[in-house]
Amino acid sequence: MEASLAGGTPVPAITVRDLTMAYGDFVLQRHLDFTIGSGDIFVIMGGSGCGKSTLLRHLIGLNEPRKGEIFYGTESFTAADEERRTEMLRRIGVLYQSGALWSSMTLAENVSLPLGEFTSLQPDEIREVAELKLALVGLAGFEDYYPSDISGGMQKRAGLARAMALDPEILFFDEPGAGLDPISARLLDDLILELRDSLGATIVIVTHELASIFAIATNSIFLDAESRTMIATGLPTELRDHSPSDQVRRFLRRGES
Amino acid sequence: MPTTTSPTSELTLTHGPDGTVVVRLAGSWKLESGLPSLVDLERELDSADGARVAFDTSDLGTWDSSVLAFLAGASKLARERGIEVDPTGLPEGLRRLLALAEAVPEKEGVRAEKEDDDEFVERVGEVAIETERLFRSDLEFLGQVVLAFGRALRGKARFRRSDLALLIQQSGFDALPIVTLVTFLLGLILAFVGAIQLQTFGATIYVADLVGVAMVRDMGALITGIIMAGRSGAAFAAQLGSMKVTQEIDALETMAISSMEFLVLPRVLALFLMMPFLTLYGDAMGILGGAFVGVTMLGLSLTEYLLQTADAVSMSHLVGGVFKGTVYGVLIALAGCLQGVQSGKSSSAVGDAATSAVVTGIVAIIGACGLFAFVFYALGI
Ligand SMILES: Nc1ncnc2c1ncn2[C@@H]1O[C@H](COP(=O)(O)OP(=O)(O)OP(=O)(O)O)[C@@H](O)[C@H]1O
Ligand SMILES: [Mg+2]
Repeated sequence: MEASLAGGTPVPAITVRDLTMAYGDFVLQRHLDFTIGSGDIFVIMGGSGCGKSTLLRHLIGLNEPRKGEIFYGTESFTAADEERRTEMLRRIGVLYQSGALWSSMTLAENVSLPLGEFTSLQPDEIREVAELKLALVGLAGFEDYYPSDISGGMQKRAGLARAMALDPEILFFDEPGAGLDPISARLLDDLILELRDSLGATIVIVTHELASIFAIATNSIFLDAESRTMIATGLPTELRDHSPSDQVRRFLRRGES
Repeated sequence: MPTTTSPTSELTLTHGPDGTVVVRLAGSWKLESGLPSLVDLERELDSADGARVAFDTSDLGTWDSSVLAFLAGASKLARERGIEVDPTGLPEGLRRLLALAEAVPEKEGVRAEKEDDDEFVERVGEVAIETERLFRSDLEFLGQVVLAFGRALRGKARFRRSDLALLIQQSGFDALPIVTLVTFLLGLILAFVGAIQLQTFGATIYVADLVGVAMVRDMGALITGIIMAGRSGAAFAAQLGSMKVTQEIDALETMAISSMEFLVLPRVLALFLMMPFLTLYGDAMGILGGAFVGVTMLGLSLTEYLLQTADAVSMSHLVGGVFKGTVYGVLIALAGCLQGVQSGKSSSAVGDAATSAVVTGIVAIIGACGLFAFVFYALGI
């Protein structure tokens, strides 16, 4: 967390250089070049099916780039060997589109697993931390529930608690607001801001929710499915008002240009 | 189904004076009566030198997507030939739906390429490439399991002991009833088959030898293995496959927790530890099944039967059988986990994974059984 605590250090959290993503022969996006500043809330935008989730999978190492490189700080993630990667992955947390909680474990066990694996805490301390993390996302009292016994929105929040278990430096979210009612979505936004401010975490979000994009984003990129590359980057409110691309403005104004 | 009172669908093509092809749609069009054919229209368009398609729907009754599908097809045909489509003759609703269907042009490169069935050579090549790829990933999987085992031996592998305990219970103790039933019946059947032959020599006591040696040497391990392939192999594949669907495996990987250590290792270990016991237990049940026949039908006493069995079965049979069973257990667990890890991300893919886990598990067991028979024979055991 050194870089983020120093505040405004020029070292970016993530740098993407000339990334090409493809499934088989189907090239999704090419020539992606952007940096995610440390402490940023970085939003990945774009129409359905343009490759946002896929970009996220590339950033966290679940897919390999067809071409190009991804850096964490100044260190290449793409070129790192397995051991280095494992260490780099320990500094990140991911909230999946579907929550992806381990269904054979209770919520407390879900949050405890990474704590047990990567810290030297005693079992009762782990339990305490897990309870705290669940309380942070409003799930106090649900520690011993199984994921299948709570609602979709609660699963999302439990997934967030798990993602935050090790106080990661970078948090990735795939559509955190999807499937949440407006109030819960708003609370989630507040929580994300709170996390950034209190933990100094960098946050990368894939989302369509304009309200939350404008409320929390400090930087963004816009992926285009037609030209298969990024066509805009910057502060979303700026893009809405001044982007040279008609398409980006229309997206950010819900179709009105 | 409500029956329609209006006449059934009617499609007529007329050639207008200025080369316009007028498509006249009349009557009531329903999806359940099938889609109208485009063949006539295509022929008409090919022969017509005109440059326009118009529609007459003044007598059109009720309609649904069948008309829309026809219109979309017609307008595609026309577009391909550079013929103009005049939608003014269509009812408002149809016109709007047609516009909607054509609003977003098909994205290039998205549609999967059509398989060319004729290209035999190409297909052979594809199968070969696919086989090589699968073989490679199987080997890779095996290598990873071996590495994980290595770490486990050095006490470095990460999995939850409680998971292992649960798996041991599920795949070991919970299997006892079915193992009891099947091996007992197998012993019984073997005894019957043997008795018929041996009775002709008046040597029924040797039924004990037959059942004992057969069960302990081979059948006990084999049958227990097949039961485990159907029970645990399928279960492992389904568990791991559905964890893939719900991104639970992704979540493990991004937490830098190896799914190999966390999921595969305890499963392989569970069967590795439990199969020796299950095999021994199965052997015993089979012998009891034989004894049941011996005592109730062949007039032998229980002690006589068991003593005869003890005489016939040697320690090397016993150790060999248990060893085989252990190997089968590892093979079953590997097959199940491999299929689960390689499963696709849909519910049907998980079903396929479970099916192939059982099939590969059984094939692997039978293959190993044949190999053992050969090797043990060569070694004179
Ligand atoms: N495993 C895969 N194999 C092949 N193609 C895939 C795979 N996953 C996704 N795709 C394709 O990649 C494209 C982008 O998918 P992706 O999930 O990244 O979209 P997205 O931008 O997140 O969309 P949405 O906003 O709807 O979630 C889609 O067209 C999809 O068909
Ligand atoms: Mg997505």
